[in-house]
Amino acid sequence: MSTSDNNQRKAPRGERVADWADGRLGIYSLAKANMRKIFPDHWSFMLGEICLYSFIIIILTGVYLTLFFHPSMNEVVYHGSYVPMQGVLMSEAFASTLDISFDVRGGLLIRQIHHWAALIFVAGMIVHMMRVFFTGAFRKPREVNWVFGFLLLVLGMFTGFTGYSLPDDLLSGTGVRFMQGAILSVPVVGTYLSFFLFGGEFPGGDFVARFYSVHILLLPGIMMGLLVAHLILVFYHKHTQFAGPGRTNNNVVGMPLLPVYMAKAGGFFFLVFGVIAAIAAIASINPIWALGPYRPDHVSTGAQPDWYMGMPEGLIRAMPGWEINLWGHTLVLGVFVPLVLFPLVLVSIAVWPFIESWVTGDKREHHILDRPRNAPTRTAFGVAWIAEYIVLLIGGGNDMFAQYFHLSINSITWFVRIGFFVVPVLAFIVTKRICLGLQRRDRDKVLHGRETGIIKRLPHGEFVEVHEPLPQASLHTLTAHEQYEPLELGPAVDENGVERKVGRIEKLRVKLSKGFYAEGNQIPKATVEEYREIQAGHGHH
Amino acid sequence: MSSQDIPEDKHLPSEQGAAHHGGVAVADDPFADPGLPAHKPRIQDIDDRAARRSERTVAMLFTISMLATICFIAAYVTIPVDKIVYIFPLGKVSALNFALGLTLGAALFCIGAGAVHWARTLMSDVEVADDRHPIEASPEVKAKVMQDFAEGAQESAIGRRKLIRNTMFGALALVPLSGVVLLRDLGPLPEDKLRHTMWAKGKLLINQNTMEPLRPEDVAVGSLTFAMPEGLEEDQHDFQTQIAKAALMIVRLQPEDIKDKKELEWSHDGIVAYSKICTHVGCPISLYEQQTHHVLCPCHQSTFDLSDGARVIFGPAGHALPQLRIGVNSEGFLEALGDFEEPVGPAFWERG
Repeated sequence: MSTSDNNQRKAPRGERVADWADGRLGIYSLAKANMRKIFPDHWSFMLGEICLYSFIIIILTGVYLTLFFHPSMNEVVYHGSYVPMQGVLMSEAFASTLDISFDVRGGLLIRQIHHWAALIFVAGMIVHMMRVFFTGAFRKPREVNWVFGFLLLVLGMFTGFTGYSLPDDLLSGTGVRFMQGAILSVPVVGTYLSFFLFGGEFPGGDFVARFYSVHILLLPGIMMGLLVAHLILVFYHKHTQFAGPGRTNNNVVGMPLLPVYMAKAGGFFFLVFGVIAAIAAIASINPIWALGPYRPDHVSTGAQPDWYMGMPEGLIRAMPGWEINLWGHTLVLGVFVPLVLFPLVLVSIAVWPFIESWVTGDKREHHILDRPRNAPTRTAFGVAWIAEYIVLLIGGGNDMFAQYFHLSINSITWFVRIGFFVVPVLAFIVTKRICLGLQRRDRDKVLHGRETGIIKRLPHGEFVEVHEPLPQASLHTLTAHEQYEPLELGPAVDENGVERKVGRIEKLRVKLSKGFYAEGNQIPKATVEEYREIQAGHGHH
Repeated sequence: MSSQDIPEDKHLPSEQGAAHHGGVAVADDPFADPGLPAHKPRIQDIDDRAARRSERTVAMLFTISMLATICFIAAYVTIPVDKIVYIFPLGKVSALNFALGLTLGAALFCIGAGAVHWARTLMSDVEVADDRHPIEASPEVKAKVMQDFAEGAQESAIGRRKLIRNTMFGALALVPLSGVVLLRDLGPLPEDKLRHTMWAKGKLLINQNTMEPLRPEDVAVGSLTFAMPEGLEEDQHDFQTQIAKAALMIVRLQPEDIKDKKELEWSHDGIVAYSKICTHVGCPISLYEQQTHHVLCPCHQSTFDLSDGARVIFGPAGHALPQLRIGVNSEGFLEALGDFEEPVGPAFWERG
């Protein structure tokens, strides 16, 4: 092809559009860096995608719902098509939710998709966070992204709470009352906070409109910003990967964005959306018509918040009703302590990455994931946290557990009160044991090979099991993890014989480091020398 | 090794990223990284018929999605919004919701399934390695940034002209106060609003079921009656706020069963009236056990003994339910002898 031919050739339409955009947005440089960007593949990496996609689904369906929902607490008499509620006095918020459910075609479906997606969103975030926690993906350089993710979880919980409170139904109104009672317990300013939030006494006529702007604008706006930042950082840091042949801390092994990752991840959005739509078709959620409009003097039994609020619910149900009356003031510990513990329980896991990096003093970047067993203390802490969370969920549903399992509600409450302190400790000890056991097994596998299940009888009558040496790839994978040495306090005097001052904090750090990495808290991985020695002795048994 | 410094602390493992890459040692290190395994071809890579089968599967999934969308539109147009159908095992469900949800679900799911199947069977599955670059800038870049910053700061003279700096910080610190002040009118001050309810001397007790004034003979032993003050109407604008404080629960006990002296004094012929609003976080109490005269809040299971001054016998509530002093007026109706003597509902700082 000659040069003149090339000049006369008219670029295809797509290329001309791309040229136009490149001249203004610089898309070619962007695409050069990212179009064939490598994404490692592991099933657990899709957990974050579930969160992202359910968030998009929530935004799409939420915008649709705002077209029909009236965020007003004006009392109206219902005349819509749901017969059992006709003539009933209710707020416009409740009436318009009935309209969405019974008069707008497809409105019920969108409402149910919105609510189901919200439950899946928060659940997805917790599971995604656990994945990141147990594999150590939060280590440098990803600590900031861990915090962004944590903030998204907390904001997601409150966006959910303000969202399900909007229909002003009997169940959600009870939840709002609970929140107001909790705010009242705050020392000194509690009543003022409550009066400012509700525009006066509870329930007043303002909170639906106020929750509405918080639910559809303030919180999702912040979340959108955090989400974009979260994704930019994921892109910038590149994904982590598990150790394996060819995978090092300095590379990233996987498939290119275009086409494989785009097809898989893009396709996964439709899979998530499709499954949630199908769930919304067959499983009813928050049937507000069965609950009726809110009245502060009415309540139904079995009142349960959405699952992610079960944790604070458990705290408030299990806490003994302590009240201190002094000098004409009341300190409502029975409510205020749970109100303080609620964020503390959440934050306890959020600060772990910073504690761990302080203890190890490790300033290097980590892109290779840990197997949970290889970080026994971290894994044990994570499991203890989950155990605490589950204890509180049981506490939050104590009436349901009592009913379904025919147990005494008093004994369940006492179980939660004691279990709050005891169960995490037990979970920690048990998990650490299991991790160490698994480490020993890995070590045995490396040194002695895989159990083949073949039993050999030796000439003198002894039976032995034949072990097959592992291939090099497995040997590498099982020994690729790093092991820290515990810190030492060092000599009490420096080289000049002068007493060296060791601060309390440094002593604590050394103590923690020993708890993490000293003998008995991790099993030394097999070394090449041990391997050689055993291999040389093999065959003799 | 990445460009980072080799850690000085000796407790840190020193082999990060360079695991078992020890130059000479690599050859006879049994744990050395053997490198990326060779690509294993899939059946679609070697058998064209299998590849065509995959292509047909993907195309079929996309076609099902198109059909499902058409069905969605057809369902939207044809199925009445109020049609209820019985579907096993779901029971009676809205036909439109069921049809729209399943068709939308199928339309979306099949797009996703098609794309994923395409990626898994027909797109290249050869793993590629990309290099990582350290996030930290190189010392040269850092030095340049530091220098730029120092120049910028010096040109602004912010360090030298302290008066400008300090007044600017002052102005920036004060200006958000306007925003805080503007929040003042979010609501009125609490004052003593939480201490008073609609109840007052002479107000009749209105039965919430019949909306008629209660007589002592209307209240039978073992029954739980809910009452509100005379003059409160459901359609008045502050009904919700008033009933949130004034809701009342009435039971009749045998006077000799009443253990608390004050409770007996404030009762009438064994009839006692207590606030219905739980002193924990304000749920209405609604479960009554006839034999023991215990009432239970269904929200958090606080349990109160109505025969003993409504003291807390279980659960997270911190104090007894407030009692309303009642009597009978000249016409034989139950009436309040005043407001509650203590605030109803959840405790708060100023409660005392």
